[in-house]
Amino acid sequence: MKFSIMKAAAVVLALGATPALAQDKLLNVSYDISRELFEALNPAFIAKWKADTGRDLQIDQSHGGSSKQARAILEGLPADVVTFNQETDVDALAKGGLVAENWREAFPNGASPWYSLPAFLVRKDNPKGIKTWDDLARDDVQVVFPNPRTSGNGRYTYLAAYAHALKANGGDQAKAQEFVGKIFANVPVFDTGGRAATQTFVEREIGDVLVTFEAETAQIAAQYADKGLVAITPPDSLFAAFPVAVVTPNAEKNGTTELANAYLNWLYTPEAQRILAQGHNRVTDGTVKAEFAASFPEVELLTVDDMFGGWQKVQDEHLAEGGILDKVFVNQ
Amino acid sequence: MSAAAPVRAKRVLPGFTLTLGTTMLYLTVIVLIPVLALILKGAEIGPARFWGIVTAPRTLAAIRITMTAAAIATVINALYGLLMAWVLVRHDFPGKRLLDALMDIPFALPTAVAGLSLTALYSANGWFGAPLEAAGIQVVYTIWGIVLAMTFTSIPFVVRSVQSVLEDLDPALEDAAFTLGAGPWTTFRRVVFPAILPAWLGGIATSFARSLGEFGAVVFIAGNLPFKTEIASLLAFIRLEEYDYAGAAAIALVLMVFALALLLVSNLIQIWASRHAGGPR
Amino acid sequence: MNRRTGARPLLIGLAVLLTAILVVAPLVFIFVQALSQGWAVYAKNILDPLTLHAIWLTAAVAVVVVPATVAFGIAASWALAKFSFPGRGVLATLIEIPFSVSPIIAGICYLLLYGRQGLLGGWLAEHDIAILFALPGIILVTMFVTAPFVVREVLPLMRAQGSDQEQAAVTLGASGWQLFRRVTLPNIRWALLYGAVLATARAVGEFGGVAVVSGNVRGQTNTLPLHVELLFNDLNAVGAFAAATTLTLIALVALVVKAVLEGRR
Repeated sequence: MKFSIMKAAAVVLALGATPALAQDKLLNVSYDISRELFEALNPAFIAKWKADTGRDLQIDQSHGGSSKQARAILEGLPADVVTFNQETDVDALAKGGLVAENWREAFPNGASPWYSLPAFLVRKDNPKGIKTWDDLARDDVQVVFPNPRTSGNGRYTYLAAYAHALKANGGDQAKAQEFVGKIFANVPVFDTGGRAATQTFVEREIGDVLVTFEAETAQIAAQYADKGLVAITPPDSLFAAFPVAVVTPNAEKNGTTELANAYLNWLYTPEAQRILAQGHNRVTDGTVKAEFAASFPEVELLTVDDMFGGWQKVQDEHLAEGGILDKVFVNQ
Repeated sequence: MSAAAPVRAKRVLPGFTLTLGTTMLYLTVIVLIPVLALILKGAEIGPARFWGIVTAPRTLAAIRITMTAAAIATVINALYGLLMAWVLVRHDFPGKRLLDALMDIPFALPTAVAGLSLTALYSANGWFGAPLEAAGIQVVYTIWGIVLAMTFTSIPFVVRSVQSVLEDLDPALEDAAFTLGAGPWTTFRRVVFPAILPAWLGGIATSFARSLGEFGAVVFIAGNLPFKTEIASLLAFIRLEEYDYAGAAAIALVLMVFALALLLVSNLIQIWASRHAGGPR
Repeated sequence: MNRRTGARPLLIGLAVLLTAILVVAPLVFIFVQALSQGWAVYAKNILDPLTLHAIWLTAAVAVVVVPATVAFGIAASWALAKFSFPGRGVLATLIEIPFSVSPIIAGICYLLLYGRQGLLGGWLAEHDIAILFALPGIILVTMFVTAPFVVREVLPLMRAQGSDQEQAAVTLGASGWQLFRRVTLPNIRWALLYGAVLATARAVGEFGGVAVVSGNVRGQTNTLPLHVELLFNDLNAVGAFAAATTLTLIALVALVVKAVLEGRR
């Protein structure tokens, strides 16, 4: 028996230890709904890397709820770069010493190559006439979005609804809480990730409206054209940055620092920005922005800084244990 | 065969040190040290905080939901398992071997696959979900979904444990009772049932324990709504994803204590059974 | 007795009906869904490189875990059945722990031990040893989960069979290895194989525990059950069911093997 274990272990080691090819490798740990995006982006960068350096490159992807991914990296998942949808999750990595303290200055636009906003996806012909955040609080509307405790996507939805109510009620916190509480009471399922929420809405046909990033609503509407789903951008929503960072100690250990920086910087080039815009993400490059102007409706974007006084305050007042989110989330 | 007899064998046989050493080493490295890590984490929290986490309304609700669903699933399996064991042992009919083999499917089928399939089957556009929906019954994303997943994954326990005892039970006994004028129900109640009772209870205890621990199948079908369809092991998982290690560890510890208690009950039933019936086989 | 009553067809009918609803329907539904877009799509889904990698990884895990579980199962059964020593009952109960504990808990235990913030995490990081989010972590958690499977089958049999044959062999001068191979092994081989089959099915299908320690890197640490979930979340439900059919087939093969073994028992 002992012998067979040894043999088995040897087989696994032999199979597992692929010989060190002259190949660069990069592990990009990302949020849940960016799967298709990086499937489109990575081949373009791999080709460019080959042209620039003559080296082959393999990019491995891991997708999941942004916070879950950050935790896995803190526990040792050897990510070289992160491409998240939550600044707080990058901050958590910074606190753990895995990302430079000043990561926001490492890349342009606060290290956010693209941005998006929570938007709506509704059923064919929008039978419930859902257009604004106020409609989500109606008694006859079922809303689907992921668990704000585990998903950055869900947290943006929570904050966007809250910000909308603050704006509508002149900053009245109590009214905002009540409003968000009403929306939460309309949610039949809290999935742990953005993609699972999309599944619930699209495949299992639960709910009248799915709230997720605009990039996802537009893409899903296109992918399920036969279902006639309609992507709706509300008149106002919350600016959602998509921060990127190099996980410094891991990149140093893997010898990928240069590659990681090149990869993240490349995301700002017109080539990458065009792919991003095709994936329905709002981009910052002026030329590309103009090219795609028609596909992005006008929207008033509120910011976390203006509405909540920054992410640290959001963390302390809203997201911390016993914070406003807990009150709203529990009171249903 | 009596379970008590062979134990008397003294150290005439070789390999005591080797096998016990191997067992202890493997058990320590694979099971005990990781469990110890959990206990240490639990101890780190401190009793007050631990109590706070465990008695938080959401935790209590999750435990209550887990217990309720597991209890219903176990009742279903207790009855279904008894029926299956009886039919498989006492009757002959075409397709019996197949039916017998099917009883092991839930053991062999990965729980995540089971969850995926059950969810699709009972969702509004699935085979069973559509008619149920029309009748106004929703299974998926309700506690009934959890019950369904738990029932499926713990089907084999009662069937198998009752089956093995029933096979060893001489049908002549039943025939005798029958000849003496007892009706079928009386015969079952007075002759068969007492003989299979320990095995039945043992199967029920294991089935319940398995249901409490089920995760893969349940998360697909449950809806994960706090206070409504959130089970305890999912809550532990969610706490983990929120960086709340203390919360995850505390809930995990509580679940482990439950599991150990059930194991103990199950083992006591076995001991009781071997004293009463002269061995479970 | 029921042979003489009308209850017989009723009971059999009920048994068949309930089994059809509870067990057969979910099983058949997996294949119906997987093939809902035709064989070509099915083949494409199965032959996807990421799916093939997941199959390979899962097989690799089973190749390590199952022999280890078997070795442990034999050793533990031998020690528990052939000797009496203080703490024997406690040991038997401890072996059962993984069976009734949620695999998620197993994952959490390993995270608290080997995670970078865990008990051994700092030391492991210093020595550049990757356990979590790599093959060793997946293997260890699977070993935890499958630990009792062989013991559960072999121990009751060894107890029931007693030690008379072995003692006779020892008296006749057999060595330990001869004793095991010639006397014990033939007696327990079917139970052993049965346990191994169940352990294989469990190792291949493990989800909850592995979900905690895998890191979900596509093409790297994604086992087949995780890949099923991943495909599902990729909005590829048909692909998810297709990958699920491979797991289902493994389960069915395991059951056929088991049925054959039982026939020979």
